[in-house]
Order: sequence, then C-alpha cells, then structure tokens
Amino acid sequence: MNAPVKLNFKDYATDQEVRWCPGCGDYAILKTVQKLMPGLGTAKENTVFVSGIGCSSRFPYYMNTYGFHTIHGRAPAIATGVKLANPELDVWLITGDGDGLSIGGNHMLHVLRRNIDLNILLFNNEIYGLTKGQYSPTSKVGTRSPSTPDGSVDLPLNPCTFAIGAGAKFVARSIDTDMKHLTSVLTRAHQYSGASFVEIFQNCPVYNDEIFEDIKNKKTAPDARLELAHGLPMIFGKSRDKGIRLNTQALKLEIVTLGEDGVTEADVLVHDESNRVMAQMLVELKGPEYPVAVGIIYNAPTSAYISDVYSQRLTVRETSGPADLNTLLRSGHTWAVD
Amino acid sequence: MSAVKKADRQGLNNIVSGVVVRFAGDSGDGMQLTGNNFTEATAVYGNDLATFPDFPAEIRAPAGATFGVSAFQIYFGSEDVTTAGDDVDVLVAMNPAALITNLHGLVPGGLIIVDSDAFSEKNLARAGYKQNPLEDGSLDAYRLLSIGITKRVIETVKPFGLSHKFAARCKNMWTLGLTMWLFDRSRDTAIEGLKTKFANKPELADANIAAINAGHAYGETTELPTGIEVYKVPPASVKPGLYRNTTGTEALSFGIIAGGQLARLPIVFASYPITPASGLLHSLSGKKHFDVVTFQAEDEIAAVCAAIGASFAGSLGVTSSSGPGISLKAEAISLACATELPLLVVNTQRGGPSTGLPTKTEQSDLYQSVFGRHGDTSLPVIAAKDSVDCFDVAIEAIRIATKYRTPVILLSDGYIANASEPWHIPDMNTYEPFPVEFADDPEGFSPVNRNPESLARVWAKPGTPGLEHRIGGIEKDSVTGNISYDSDNHQKMTDIRKSKIDGIANDIPLQDAALGNERGDLAVVGWGSTYGAIHQSVKRCRQDGLDVSHIHIRHLWPMPSNLGTLLAGYQRVIVPEMNTGQLVKILRAEYLIEARSFTKISGHPFRIKEVESEIRAVLEGLK
Repeated sequence: MNAPVKLNFKDYATDQEVRWCPGCGDYAILKTVQKLMPGLGTAKENTVFVSGIGCSSRFPYYMNTYGFHTIHGRAPAIATGVKLANPELDVWLITGDGDGLSIGGNHMLHVLRRNIDLNILLFNNEIYGLTKGQYSPTSKVGTRSPSTPDGSVDLPLNPCTFAIGAGAKFVARSIDTDMKHLTSVLTRAHQYSGASFVEIFQNCPVYNDEIFEDIKNKKTAPDARLELAHGLPMIFGKSRDKGIRLNTQALKLEIVTLGEDGVTEADVLVHDESNRVMAQMLVELKGPEYPVAVGIIYNAPTSAYISDVYSQRLTVRETSGPADLNTLLRSGHTWAVD
Repeated sequence: MSAVKKADRQGLNNIVSGVVVRFAGDSGDGMQLTGNNFTEATAVYGNDLATFPDFPAEIRAPAGATFGVSAFQIYFGSEDVTTAGDDVDVLVAMNPAALITNLHGLVPGGLIIVDSDAFSEKNLARAGYKQNPLEDGSLDAYRLLSIGITKRVIETVKPFGLSHKFAARCKNMWTLGLTMWLFDRSRDTAIEGLKTKFANKPELADANIAAINAGHAYGETTELPTGIEVYKVPPASVKPGLYRNTTGTEALSFGIIAGGQLARLPIVFASYPITPASGLLHSLSGKKHFDVVTFQAEDEIAAVCAAIGASFAGSLGVTSSSGPGISLKAEAISLACATELPLLVVNTQRGGPSTGLPTKTEQSDLYQSVFGRHGDTSLPVIAAKDSVDCFDVAIEAIRIATKYRTPVILLSDGYIANASEPWHIPDMNTYEPFPVEFADDPEGFSPVNRNPESLARVWAKPGTPGLEHRIGGIEKDSVTGNISYDSDNHQKMTDIRKSKIDGIANDIPLQDAALGNERGDLAVVGWGSTYGAIHQSVKRCRQDGLDVSHIHIRHLWPMPSNLGTLLAGYQRVIVPEMNTGQLVKILRAEYLIEARSFTKISGHPFRIKEVESEIRAVLEGLK
C-alpha cells in the first residue's frame, strides 16, 4: 500500500470532459462529492462508484476511483455483488428517479430491505433527462412531457416514503446546489453502516427547470424548507417563528406560529432520528402548504446483510473445520471397487 | 429390453445382465426416496446404473390423481449403463393412477407389483378405470404381484404407536424391502439412512426399518407365483477405485467449488429459485466452509447482476437458472460481454416455452445460449453430457471464463440435474490449476490492456492502488478505455471481442468420436444429455456390423476447430436433439454440411431404440 498522501478534490477528478448540460444540478453534486472524498478516511483505491443508466449515472466516469457504469435500474444488484465479493470496499451507488424507482424499483426495494452497506445517492429531478424529457415516477401530476403532452395523470412516488416503506434505516434528503448541507448529509450517510438512502433534489434546467426553486432560492427557502437536526425543535421560517407540532387528535403534523395562541417552543416537535413514525410523517410534508423536510430524516442502525453473511460463514467454518474438496467428495456414502 | 423375461426363457437361473425398475405412486408416497434408497443399495452391490426421477410439477396433487403420479426409474446391470432404460421390466405401482400412467412402458411379461389396498373404488374412478384391472384380466399379458401392502404395513408398525397416517406412509419402505429381496440387495445402507434421517424421531426410524424388513421377509417366506423369485444381476466390471453416487446438480456444485479453487478465486453464487435449477443454490448454500458466498437474489436479473458485480470486485460470479430465467438475465450477460468480465451462467434446461414443463427435460435453449442476446455478442457455450460430466464441465467453463474474461453459458438439463449415477471420485491433486493473475502495476495500465495471445482484457480489482478505472456498457476506446462513439473504434472493438471468443476454438480439445471411426458411413452427432441414448444405440448398431460413429459435442460455441473436417468424413450425419432441430441448423450454417435432424420434444429423454431405428433407417437408405 502507498504511504498515506494527503489528497485533494482534484485527485478525485478524472481527465474526462464532463458532459452534462450547462446548468445541470449534477455538476454541483459532483463537485461536492469530489470535495468530500479526501476527508472521509477511505483509501481512494477502496472507493467504488456504481451507477445504472440515466444522466446521473454518468457520474462514475468523472470520479477517479473504481467505477462501474452498469445497466438501467440494476446498479443496486451489481453493487450488492461488489460488496458480497469484498465487504471492505466503500461503495457509492448513483441513481436517479427513473433508474432507481421505475425500472430498478425492485432492486432498490431489496437493497434497502437487506440493509446492504452502500451509500445510495438518488438524484431526483422528476423527469427522464437522457431520453429527452419524458415524465418519471416522481413527476407531479400534470407534468407535460413528450409522452404526456396533455399532462401526466398518474400519482407520483415519494422516494423517501418508498425507502422507509422498504425498510431503509437511514433516509435523508438534500439539495444539489447547497454544498454545505449536502456535504454534511453525505458525511453522515457515509458513517452509517448499511444502506444509506439520500434523495437529492436536482434541477434539470432543460426538461424540468426550477421545480425545486422554492426550496433552493435563498429568499423562499427559509419558509419552504424544514431543516432537521436530531434533538432540536422543528423550527423554520425567515423569522424562525414557525414550528411543526403533532396534532394528536388528527394524528398529523401541523404548522404553528411561536407566540401565537400561547404556542411556545415546548409545543414544537423535537426531531428524533430514530423515530420511524415521525420520519414517515416528515417525508410526506409537501409545499406549498408545508415546508419540505431536509436533512437526516431517519437513522436507526440495525444489522446489515453483508456483515451477517460473513459472520455466519465464520461460524460455519469454526464448527466444520478446514474445507478440503477431496474430503467433501469422499464424504457421505461411498464404496470401493477392487 | 426385457431382461427379466429373457432370463426366464433361457433358463439362466435368474441371472440377468440388466434390469429396469420403475417405482410409481402419488407424489406424497415417497417414490423418489424409495428410488434413491434402491439406487444406493444397487451401487453398493456393484452394478452400473442410471436413474431417471420423473415427477410432476405439483408438490402434492390430490391423492390418487393421475397428474400427481411421481415415478423413479432405475436401470442397473452388469454392463455399462448410460441411460435409465427404454422399457420397464418391473413396475411398482402404489395406486391405480400410478398403474394407468406407467403401464405403457412395461415390457410384455414384465412384473407388476401393486398395493391392492389402494385399488379402492374411489381411486379406480379417479384414475379413470371402469373396472378393477387387478380382477378383469386386462393385465394378463404381464405377471402381477398384487399384495395388500397398506394393511400389512399398518399391522407391522403397530408396536410403534404411530397415527394411521404415519403408519400408512411406511408402505414405500415395505415395497422397497420387497424389491431389495427381489434383486438380492442389502438393506444396510437404507436402514442406516433412516436412522440418520429420523435421528430425532426414533419411533419413525424404527417403524420404517420394520417396514423394510417386513417387505423383505414377505418375499423370502411367502409362496409367490411361479417365476417370481430372486434375480441376480451380477456386478459390472468397473474401474477400481472409490465411488459415490451423484446427481448432475451435486456434481455441478462440486465442480464450481473445484473450478474456483483451481482458478484461485472465491466464488459468489447468486441465484433465484426456479425448477429444476434451484438444487444448485441449495447445494452450494450448504458449503459455506468453502470459499463460496451464496446469495438468493430478489429476481433473476438481480442474481446475474450480483454475479457480475462480484466478478468486477475480483471474485468469480456465478449465476444459475433455467430457460425463462436466462431470458431475464440476457441484458446483463451482454453487459458482461461488453465489459469483458468473467461470469459463469448455468442453464438447467426444462420443457418450454414459458413455464412449459418445469419438471421435464428438454434441450431447447441452445439457440438462446449461442444467439440469445442483443448486440453482436458472442460467448462460449459448453454442455454436460451426463451427471458425472457436470463436474469436469464446470471446471472447464470456469477455466474459459477466467482465462478469457467472458461470460460462459453451461448447459445442463432437468434430466442430468436429477438423475444419479455412480461416480469414480476424482482426486483434486490431479487437476492442473489455472490461477488468475490480477493486474497490480500502474505503469502503462489501461483497463483495455489485453493479453496479446488470448486477447483477454486485464482484470484489475478494486482495492488495488493506482489502478482506479471505470468500466461500463458504453463502447470503450480500444487504447484508453474511455467512452468512445468513434465508428472505426466500434468496428475494431467488435472485431476484438469476436476474435477473442473465436480464438477459444484453439484452446479446447479437438473433437473425437466417442464411439466408432473418425470417418465412415454415418455419424450420429449429439450434445448434452442425449449422450447415453446415442451411445447405446450406436454401440448396438456397431455390434451388428454397421459403420456408424457417435460424436458428442461438449464445446458448442465456439466449436472444436476440426469439427467441420471431421463431419465431412462421413457420408451421412444425423443429429438427434430434444428440440425441433437447433444444433443441426448451427452445424449446417457453420460447415455447409447436409445434416439430418432427428428430434423429440416430449419432455422425456430419447429411448435407445428410437435412435437405433433412426440409424438403421438412414443406413438402409445408403444402400
């Protein structure tokens, strides 16, 4: 192994020309990830980026690590194989709303359920970009696209709701251009052993421009975003005077204003990352009525598949003794012919 | 073949050279277990043997239904045995449905053993009998041994205090005991097996053992009709050494472990349950002490993808399925072709199309294997000819996959997977290792560097410092490995991929004749599990002085370099296949020869006599 050399973000960039459209949110995510890498404490050679198909899935070509640009929707399965072969590798899975939730929805479900130790970055731009703008499973009802010229009619899927439903134990949300926020979310995702699911709101300037504008724009963001932090009250708004309260009668979250109707900070919900029911309610908050929850929404560490597979193997080996194929072939019922 | 009858006629003191016994009953009657026990005892006795488990797709069909009949056929003899036999000499039928569905295979004069207690009005009606065949003379052409087995068994096991249901279930062991007596087999292995199987339920072990012994005693002590007495089938003269029985599935699982060891690679085996391929997943999942990780994926696609991911990370990825599942894997297999990663894909073929006949056998996925992918993708295809051969074929497939960094499709089928035969246990120390070399030098590294001879792409596994690189499904520049849409480069890369696979033809054994001369009147060309039937039919014809040879192709793609020349040396070529003629068309296309197709697609293997009469007909036409 090489002696530890201090790397910087340029060491994680390849010499390949980045080919996303000008203004694409993917550029910002790439930059953030490249900058994040040197500080994670993982050797560059042990880092692997696996992707499926779509704009986001070109990502590995621009990361100077090991990378595998696979086929549409199957990156979770391929990444599972990488981890089964070598659990020591730090595997990042790059996917999008079409790749990860439409054609690859089944694999996403199972990789989350099994809690495979992967950092899953789902770039959600609510559109199919690479195939020129068809609506996706996360597109809002009424999205006009080449395949839905009169507006889409099917109800969209909420990626984080899906993830929690599938059994994910680490679910977070962030924003493409908010480097600070994204860095802190990805750092936490990386620390989590198991499948960490991060939905990243990503702007597609060509086919679905400004759909996250309220959340991204500095002027509107304070009212449109609910930034979660474990142990802190859910307060938001330009004047930090709004809060989220649990209406125990209706069993739903509601917005309250501090100082009005006798509401104090004590009435506001305190974020508890380990609370699954709370997480389920938080991910459903939608604008314009509600602020959109971002940050670490759910984090409840549990046993992870790959390490369990290997510890089971270890147990078998301890009890069975050394494996010898000649012995195995001669075990069970045999007979000699003279 | 009517060995039993022939023996009677010739007065050979009941010494016969070969016998076919078929056990048939409800799928819950334990016929497979009975057959397997009889097989073990027969192997110990020293006969050569082949078996054919023939069971329905329904796990537990309604009792007495014809579609729920499960059968197990064994052919054992003192000469070399390569099929489970054409005609049945002894039919054990546990109920009317088993009798009506299996009687057609019995030779005239053959022996029928039935449980008369099961021939109730209800069961007769359910099987479609208007009258009781045990009483109406319709079985007069056979010898009938009608015994009230159920009542006897219940009486026998009474001391063990089982419920009626469990007591009656011992009837298969009673029948086994009687059959053991009939052919002079030892009950020891079966009794030991029962003790192990029911180690936690000793009363069940005791009851079943008592049933075996009672069935055996019945044969010894009861005055049976004339002509029904102990038959001797002398041991076969086989190569000295240590033997075991193996099914194709077992041999394949051992072969995969062996191949991994010889390549010095850990195996990641990823699969999704499908009949008749699941056995391989079961077998390997129980061998965690070896360097094998098994993964039951969420679907067929995930299984192959996990295997590909594992190969990328430096293990050998192996996936397994049957025809419909292989179709689902097709896109990913092309990814492995494009990224030039090693991958072993096992296809245990079954009757198709679609769900088809899941528990029956067929060879109908040859086209899918050789041609069934998008894009211009060529990959090696290799087929096992019998259960034992699965071991060596797995090793050979792994050698090719790892040396050439390519997916390899290994074809087995439902017959090979389930049929068992004696195996002269190989010594792993006699196999030549083929260790894989991973790249580790950053100097001059490109992910598309190739071995100049084999054209194999370099294999650099994640975790190796300085060799960080990206691969993917997009066409790559032939020098740098970067994405390239250049037209000349695509032509070049396509040519390289094709040359690499074509070149494997020079790294596999030359094709020989399994039997007969390497030129002459007629070659019978087969592949896969038709080996046994072709071999015996050619042997019989040659004994009659006919000039016929048996050529059996293991390497179906690319084919051995001398195959075209070899086939050109025969006046006629016939190709028996359990499909509508797939190999025959590939042979015609590759070598422009006039090959004649002979096909069967009934879900059952060829009978020896079917191939034999085709050979005779073709040679007759030559005169």
